Amino acid sequence: MAEDREMALTAMETGQTGKVVQIQGGRGMIGRLEVLGIRIGRELRKVSSQFMRGPVVLEVGNTQVAVGFGMAGKILVEVTE
Amino acid sequence: MRILLMGNPNVGKSVVFSRLTGVNVIASNYPGTPVEFAKGSMRVGAEKAELVDVPGTYRLEPTSRAEEVAVDMLKEGDVVVNVVDATNLERNLYLTLELLQRKIPMVVALNLWDETKHTGIKINAEELEEILGVPVIPTTAVTGEGIMTLVSRLPEARKGSHEAEDEDLWHRIGEIVGRVQKLTHRHHTLLERFGDASVRPGTGIPIALLVLYLMFKVIRFIGEGLIGYVFEPLFETLWKPLMTKVSLLLGSSGFLHDVLIGKLVEGDIDFVESLGLLTTGLFVPIGMVLPYVFAFYLILGFLEDSGYLPRLAVLVDNIMHRLGLHGLAIIPMLLGIGCNVPGALATRVLETKRERFIAATLMAIAVPCMAQLAMIVGLIGKTGAKGLGLVFGTLFVVWVVLGVLLNRLVKGESPEIFVEIPSYRIPYWNASAKKLWMRIRSFITEAVPFVLVGVFAVNILYALGIIEFVGKIAAPVITGMLGLPKEAVGALIIGFLRKDVAIGMLAPLGLSLSQLVVASVVLAMYFPCVATFAVMAKELGAKDMLKSAGIMVLSALLVGSLLNLIL
Repeated sequence: MAEDREMALTAMETGQTGKVVQIQGGRGMIGRLEVLGIRIGRELRKVSSQFMRGPVVLEVGNTQVAVGFGMAGKILVEVTE
Repeated sequence: MRILLMGNPNVGKSVVFSRLTGVNVIASNYPGTPVEFAKGSMRVGAEKAELVDVPGTYRLEPTSRAEEVAVDMLKEGDVVVNVVDATNLERNLYLTLELLQRKIPMVVALNLWDETKHTGIKINAEELEEILGVPVIPTTAVTGEGIMTLVSRLPEARKGSHEAEDEDLWHRIGEIVGRVQKLTHRHHTLLERFGDASVRPGTGIPIALLVLYLMFKVIRFIGEGLIGYVFEPLFETLWKPLMTKVSLLLGSSGFLHDVLIGKLVEGDIDFVESLGLLTTGLFVPIGMVLPYVFAFYLILGFLEDSGYLPRLAVLVDNIMHRLGLHGLAIIPMLLGIGCNVPGALATRVLETKRERFIAATLMAIAVPCMAQLAMIVGLIGKTGAKGLGLVFGTLFVVWVVLGVLLNRLVKGESPEIFVEIPSYRIPYWNASAKKLWMRIRSFITEAVPFVLVGVFAVNILYALGIIEFVGKIAAPVITGMLGLPKEAVGALIIGFLRKDVAIGMLAPLGLSLSQLVVASVVLAMYFPCVATFAVMAKELGAKDMLKSAGIMVLSALLVGSLLNLIL
């Protein structure tokens, strides 16, 4: 069951929350995401997405971050709600 | 003593800075970089200290130029005031712990303290102080709460007691946060809901259109109001009689008269057309341009300080991708409307050389600065909206078409947007006013002398017959391709110095509306003014600047000729 609920940030619905399970990127990308609070195990909420592969806005803690579509596709989450 | 104000971006650092410093704030560039920071002075006890507003950084392993500067500056500071966003404690503590590892005397300002209340966060500041081993002072810089305590406890700054290796920094932060912070359930505030609505396409795009529409309405209202009710009456009733006397004293003609007062139009001084140092040289920058510059920076400052711009960047990201850029490139474009110089500097928010080249080129070609805009509105606006629509419509089409072309032709990669979206905040008037003042001051000290040089150069070039000479040589292009009288070449020459003076020089030529449109568009596109050129050359390097300039000249000629054929 858990596997069904695991998906990329881009596939999530607006308003859904989930837990970060994997970041498919190098040290640089992981480091940049980390300091904004996006780390494995953290809860996040998808705030919005744009038409035609636009950026995804997500919320972790009290921080909102805009992440480009490609990068968002490399952040895998397990949807919780 | 030098005190460094350090912290993540968007934690209200500038507001703390403006609370701690007096009026003598200067913006300067970090040596050898385009990174700008503010510096001011304050008193600590009996001692005078220098306070530096270090560019915001998330950590001490720099990923951008601004962060490199922040790390470099750390070596030159005696004390650090680490401004921390209390509503994002965990994330902010990363930098705090890294700073503690550097063993520099420090105090922590737990800022945005008032916001913790309605976000359901409870932080035990005393316990945090005990754990970190440095003073921790809750502050709400916007209202001034805690600032006095911060100042009085500055002498207590110390090196702290924290020892943690890099590897377990996040683990350590988790422990600290677990001990000092308690979260309670909370409801989303109205402002937060509005925040979400402004990044969702369905609601965000209408909001963005409304914001931009209001922005230009208000700028025009303030600009026109100031000109019509303040500056024009001042010049006409106070300055003109004085200048008329000077004119008579100088014998109403002759070289000195022409340089200082300019040519009389029907026996009278005309502040736009006379082209004298004391008439046009002062009236154009102060009477026509300054009101719009003021209005623009007032509104832009509000958009910046309220936190709207990153949201706009998210919404336009798609469009910008077609131009080989990403959403944040909207910031240099918007700043370019104020003045192309800060616009060119702001291209550094973009990561790669390719993006900076495309953004700077597009801005220099298709984004007219406020000085030029004000003059175009002054000159063409009189004949109604059609001319203005043609000029700005053409420039917009050029911006899009050229962007799409550059995206195909320029090699290299354009990374994606990745940016924090700060929560909406009501700007703190004092900090906004200081920023506005710094911008106005730099306009007055940098633009006004250039206008005077420009006006002086016009006179010399006319007197030496150079403009007439170049006019004859360039006639095939100017007259043949663009359909302008050969006298218009004077404006094109002066446009290198100042575009506002150049547009003003079109006034006495008696051009038709179509000719005015062609001339305005060509003047906007063909080359940046010398100040922008210098900054662009420095930012892009000589080779890319040459390429960029080539694109400008070619596209200006092409678009100008096309317009001349169509209109």
